[in-house]
Amino acid sequence: MAQTISTAEPVRSQVTARTRATFRRRIQWVAYLYILPAFAIIGAFHILPVFYAIYISMNKGAINKFVFVGLDNYIRALSGGEFWNALVVTFSYALMTTPFTIALGLFFAYLLYQGVRGRGVYRVIFFLPYVISTVGSAIVWAWVFDPQSGLANFILKRIGLEPLRWLIEPSGIFEVIADGRHWTIPTWAYGPSVALIAVSIFSIWQSMGFDVIIFLAGLTNIPGELYEAARMDGANPLQLFRHVTIPLLAPTTFFVVVISVIGSLQSFNQIFTMNQAAEQSLGGPLGSTSTLTVYMFDQLYTFSNYGYASAIALLLSLIILALTLFQFKFLARRTQI
Amino acid sequence: MAVASRRLPTADRARFGLGRLVLHLMLVAGALWAVFPFVWMVLTSLKGYAEASAAETFFPSRWLFSNYVTAWNQVGTFPRYFGNTLFIALATVLGVLVTSTLAAYAFARMEFPGRDTLFLILLATMMVPFEVTLVPNFIMIRNLQWVDHYQAMIIPWAASAFSIFLLRQFFMAIPQELYDAAVIDGCGPLRFLATIVLPLSRPALVTSGLLTFLGSWNSLMWPILVTNRPEIRPIQVAMYSFIGDAGTQIQLLLAAVTISVIPVIVVYLVLQRWFIEGIATVGIRG
Repeated sequence: MAQTISTAEPVRSQVTARTRATFRRRIQWVAYLYILPAFAIIGAFHILPVFYAIYISMNKGAINKFVFVGLDNYIRALSGGEFWNALVVTFSYALMTTPFTIALGLFFAYLLYQGVRGRGVYRVIFFLPYVISTVGSAIVWAWVFDPQSGLANFILKRIGLEPLRWLIEPSGIFEVIADGRHWTIPTWAYGPSVALIAVSIFSIWQSMGFDVIIFLAGLTNIPGELYEAARMDGANPLQLFRHVTIPLLAPTTFFVVVISVIGSLQSFNQIFTMNQAAEQSLGGPLGSTSTLTVYMFDQLYTFSNYGYASAIALLLSLIILALTLFQFKFLARRTQI
Repeated sequence: MAVASRRLPTADRARFGLGRLVLHLMLVAGALWAVFPFVWMVLTSLKGYAEASAAETFFPSRWLFSNYVTAWNQVGTFPRYFGNTLFIALATVLGVLVTSTLAAYAFARMEFPGRDTLFLILLATMMVPFEVTLVPNFIMIRNLQWVDHYQAMIIPWAASAFSIFLLRQFFMAIPQELYDAAVIDGCGPLRFLATIVLPLSRPALVTSGLLTFLGSWNSLMWPILVTNRPEIRPIQVAMYSFIGDAGTQIQLLLAAVTISVIPVIVVYLVLQRWFIEGIATVGIRG
């Protein structure tokens, strides 16, 4: 996306040149036949359903027996605690995953960019978690976090720390630490729940490789002469990174940030499967991992609240839309693309 | 400044040997972080029940390959689930490639009223999260009586705005002169598309094909909603249900997961260059 914007200028001039050329021929009505299959499917399953979803969100009751209730579902969502809890969980999750994933992705991409031996092998290994199905790896990770037999507590014990209950621990991480030392801390300092941290660690592990690959591609696109020139001027590796890499990588970083934020707000499979594997309810212990998508699926699948589930989905998409527009408006300007 | 730059090369060289070592150590640490869950998974899947749930040893004291036989039999119809998943994924890929190629070609090369508006609508659909269309599509699939049929998992995903966008960008980069020359030689648009545009766009086709394949192979929420019969369920749903069936027999669950991920790992290792280049392409062009 980001790169498209930066290359928009030549593309546009290509388009006008071609448009002029094609205008000299004539309108090709057959084009509608070419786009028909795609538009039939996208129209039926991705465009019309949006409007249908808006309609459903203003109804309640079973399928084919809808009762129009206006904005009741939205009011119910916005005035109930569950929705706000899900919103907080969603954003905590996004804040705990995206910065780390992006930082680690950039870090390892930059290491690989140094022309190390076995770069190809490292790329394959780093990207592996992204290819494995979420269900498979979530089962493995749920078990890594198993309080009795998991690897996480195995390590904690080895380095002399208190084991945690991970996926079945709804309390905040600082609350747990303070409790262990018999301290009292104020409620606002409890921090994100241990269960959500466990899911986040899994999520970082899963998506890091994707960012490594994208960043590596972005880094390879930076002209080598710029580094040469900066090195001639006596820049040290840190200065090179700060004054050459970071600014020139900005379009790639922007793309990764937008994609990651949207992705983390929509995460579902990770949480859904880990909770099942840890024998928890859909939203985790006390709803501590109930993100908006999980909450919505629960309403849909468990309670058949179609109208309410649609209202939540639409609220989520408004949030995503607003955030994406915000990122384009502010981040895009700051990264000068 | 001049002094600093004169001193730098030696300092750089001195740091080089040590720096390289640190670099490699960090990369090895990163690689271990990426693979250790799988290593631990395979090792545990070969342990006995008591040893697996105690998790006090790294290597199994006895290597119980029989766990795999037990897991295979308990899940029941592994080949069937793999077959389902493969069929659904390949059909979806085929659909996406055909519909996207045609549409992308029209958007890149043809002039027709409403072209730009239609393209904008297409781009706008990429902004809509999957969750919004979930409920309406589920209702639609029910009304069409497609529940428990393969088409419920194929048709809705057999066209992709993203693939159209990606392919269009590639098609537009193909020089107009090629087309003019082909027309002079009496080549129609469809033949031009098949014989000249497609071979030139192989990277984009492979990328959108592989991304579609991964998306279909890994999907969970949608297949759970639109299937009830186990026989047509894909492997992800089967694994998801097996969590409950395996209960506390963690070594069996992990053996089943190992079986379920091996084909993907093999395909990935064989096609890794395409996978990685494809993702990189998306980052650059997307």
